[in-house]
Amino acid sequence: MEFETVIGLEAHVQLSTRSKIFCGSSTEFGAEPNEHVDPVTLGLPGSLPVLNRKVVEFAIMLGLATSCEIRRFNRFARKHYFYPDLPKGYQISQFDEPICERGKVVILLNDVHRTIGIKRIHMEEDAGKNIHDSRTSSSLVDLNRAGVPLLEIVSEPDIRSPAEAAAYLRSLRQLVRFLGVSDGNMDEGSLRCDANISLRPMGERKLGTRTEIKNINSFKFVERGLEYEVARQLSVLKSGGTILQETLTFDSVSGATRSLRSKEEAADYRYFPDPDLPPVTVEESWIEEVRARMPKLPQDAKKELVEAMGLTDYDAEVLTAERAFLDYFDAVYAVCKNARGACNWVTSELFGFLNKNNLDITASPIKPEDLGKLVQLVDTEVISGKMAKSVFEEMFATGTAPETIVQAKGLRQITGDEEILSAVRGVFEENAEQLAAYLGGNDRLHGFFVGKVMKTTGGNANPKKVNELILQEAKSRKESK
Amino acid sequence: MTNLSSLSLTEMRDGLDSKKFSARELTSSSLKGAENLKGLNAFIEMASESALKAADEADIAMKRGSSTSRPLLGIPVAIKDMILTRGLKTTCASKILANFIPPYDATVTQRLKDAGAIVVGKTNLDEFAMGSSNENSAYGVVQNPWDTSRVPGGSSGGSAAAVAAGIVPVALGTDTGGSIRQPASFCGVVGIKPTYGRVSRYGVVAYASSLDQVGPIARNVRDAAKITKILAGNDKADATSSALRVTDYEAVLGREIKGLKVGIPKEYFIKGLNSEVEESVKAAIAQLISAGAEAVEISLPTTEVALSVYYVLAPAEASSNLSRYDGVKFGYRASGTKDLKELYSKTRSEGFGKEVKRRILIGTHVLSTGYYDAFYLRAQKVRKLIYEDFQRAFSSCDVIACPTAPSTAFKIGEKASDPLEMYLSDIFTIPVNLAGLPGISVPCGFDRAGLPIGLQLIGRQFEEETLFKVAYAYESSTQWHKKVPPVFAASK
Repeated sequence: MEFETVIGLEAHVQLSTRSKIFCGSSTEFGAEPNEHVDPVTLGLPGSLPVLNRKVVEFAIMLGLATSCEIRRFNRFARKHYFYPDLPKGYQISQFDEPICERGKVVILLNDVHRTIGIKRIHMEEDAGKNIHDSRTSSSLVDLNRAGVPLLEIVSEPDIRSPAEAAAYLRSLRQLVRFLGVSDGNMDEGSLRCDANISLRPMGERKLGTRTEIKNINSFKFVERGLEYEVARQLSVLKSGGTILQETLTFDSVSGATRSLRSKEEAADYRYFPDPDLPPVTVEESWIEEVRARMPKLPQDAKKELVEAMGLTDYDAEVLTAERAFLDYFDAVYAVCKNARGACNWVTSELFGFLNKNNLDITASPIKPEDLGKLVQLVDTEVISGKMAKSVFEEMFATGTAPETIVQAKGLRQITGDEEILSAVRGVFEENAEQLAAYLGGNDRLHGFFVGKVMKTTGGNANPKKVNELILQEAKSRKESK
Repeated sequence: MTNLSSLSLTEMRDGLDSKKFSARELTSSSLKGAENLKGLNAFIEMASESALKAADEADIAMKRGSSTSRPLLGIPVAIKDMILTRGLKTTCASKILANFIPPYDATVTQRLKDAGAIVVGKTNLDEFAMGSSNENSAYGVVQNPWDTSRVPGGSSGGSAAAVAAGIVPVALGTDTGGSIRQPASFCGVVGIKPTYGRVSRYGVVAYASSLDQVGPIARNVRDAAKITKILAGNDKADATSSALRVTDYEAVLGREIKGLKVGIPKEYFIKGLNSEVEESVKAAIAQLISAGAEAVEISLPTTEVALSVYYVLAPAEASSNLSRYDGVKFGYRASGTKDLKELYSKTRSEGFGKEVKRRILIGTHVLSTGYYDAFYLRAQKVRKLIYEDFQRAFSSCDVIACPTAPSTAFKIGEKASDPLEMYLSDIFTIPVNLAGLPGISVPCGFDRAGLPIGLQLIGRQFEEETLFKVAYAYESSTQWHKKVPPVFAASK
């Protein structure tokens, strides 16, 4: 019997607000333990949460970007469990009334577009971190992360393979980074995910029993963990066994999943509306305000690059991989108005140099406006493409503007017909033998003359013009014979 | 010399301003009063040293004449030990917070201090404000100044007793189901629970967040109005606090109540209501009528279910609010535990008292899967009906008058073994919290045993000024508030 894989992901995205969701403490990553705490973070008696409205805005923005319906009347709920990294003994979250519902994300995998449904997106606070000190066999608690705002994004069980799961997660990451709502950094835990997976006989509509892999923190592990779990479930089902509903963890060292707890042990979270937080009403005007401030979405940018600017799907994919790439490209384009030229210079030359120097595009020594001017200098035939490469190198090394370099070095492409024509004539005179053969029909000698003319002009002649004028001069000589 | 601390706030202000006595003398008198009446057990912690230091600073400030901008400059006050005081132990009368020293002031504490008040000590209460007799304190029961064999009411029993005994002119209380009004009634003093959202809850230890409010207990209506005005107003740190402007509650005192419609809810005069209480309250209402008010009979049909609703919702919120006392970050931690689970269970088993545990269990139960709809959700729906009952009633009256409690102060131990019997003492105050309305209790007589009786006035949301106006009109026409308890006389 053939089986179909069914996967749904719950992604947790840490929002890049400056302060926490319910208090003024900083959300900065990497501080000394318990540096970013206050009475609210610590859950001290008498402390009360006050909502950071930026979190709602970010939720609305992601909701709009994933075509979700935005809930107008929002409430927060308390989710109860005891754990040392949870200071109040409950997490403030949303329960049956998430702010966003019924949306979608389109992913591209192996040139095929697939739509993954978004079931819900809700706002909640992060917990702190327990650190287990094996030397003293004690546990320490760091509450810097406690209260950092999160959006939990729950997909529909629309994902059909581990590779698709990874592609979906990458799309989400790209999206949140584009919107500027999160840095989506999996290493620092800004993006984490839980994966639900089940198998069912091909053609069956009913879902099989699922297992959940908790807290996966890299794209690679999402794929590997799910692959392991698919294989494991498949072998259980094929040998006539049944899948146990349980929560698993993926051990990246052994490459296997292992059980954390079974369904029977599942906690009763005793959700109820948090009486400390008044309901948040999202007015239509607020949604429109957020919509107006929303940056271009990756899918829209891609479409524009291909349809309006004539770039390839591949180019568009590369340029929209990061918001910063697109911003840079847009700034180059704004100056030179040459999409292909801008794309080439950004994706091959610039990316190559940045890579070699291990630099992020935001730290590029070449300002996009300057790169735009460089493209323009080539396009207007002030300098040749070859010259441009050396100018680029100097720009990268010194950050100097291209026109300054061109002027200082006296670079100038010879484009004047007179000047080039006289060089062509000179070369013809000096190479009478080859000229005779050329005029006699040996076209292979064309390249020889081009090379000679370029050489006598010090490589500064416009190669296109040189080409043209050699042909023109040869033609007129043939005719005058 | 008369006992300075037994003066009213207004008298103290006059005395300080006319330099009849200093803030230091006043504060010393309060501290001495507390010492002399230690047997009442009204205080959990005294702040003698910091109070005297603050008094000296107040004396210096008064020489510079700054009492006009700081109306409480040099005035000794007490604060219920449910409200955080920076650097001063705040226990909630629980073993679990026995050594908790808050790193910050509650907004109400801050507002009192900003107004110049001197915090002399933290008053006793039922553990985490759960109780109606002050018998649930880990630090022992408080005695009623009118009869030391009787309870002072609860949960703000220490605050009511301290004010009644003349130790301080005013004390802060908290009221979740009657915890300011019922002890005020039992101790023959004035106590107001403002509208939910009128006073900030920031830094007030949460019992039931959707019901808790802070308010003053004082010896007369004017003093209560003065303090309420200082406490009230929006606080950015409490998302449930109202942005509505605070009116000058003192300015309305002395205004006529002619034509004012006083609603008398028939469901509040029922079997089980002590006949002496009924007589006194009816006489008080008659007094209002003779001052020009009109009596209107009203009906609040949901009254009988309010208690049930309260004992679902309050424990539900309490079970959640008290989750943070887990022995991890602050407060009591059990020793000798072998793992995390045991750390939690042992800490909480040893740290919480019986009534608190009972309510945590009830609250946990009503929020559990399978019971949530039948209990919590249904109680919320009925809560809405209770609110609507009052809304309807206020379409035909301006203020509601009724007893604060069904009886006068009972004997210590009398109801301690029967929680349901105990819960009934809040039957007239609980609906007010559920509806989020303001309510005030003013002395309206004594029973044959010499125990005080309280008249409760209930107003529309954010109409505290109506309550103060009516309460003051009543108080001015009686002498009840001038009577002093025997223990107070003996301490002089």
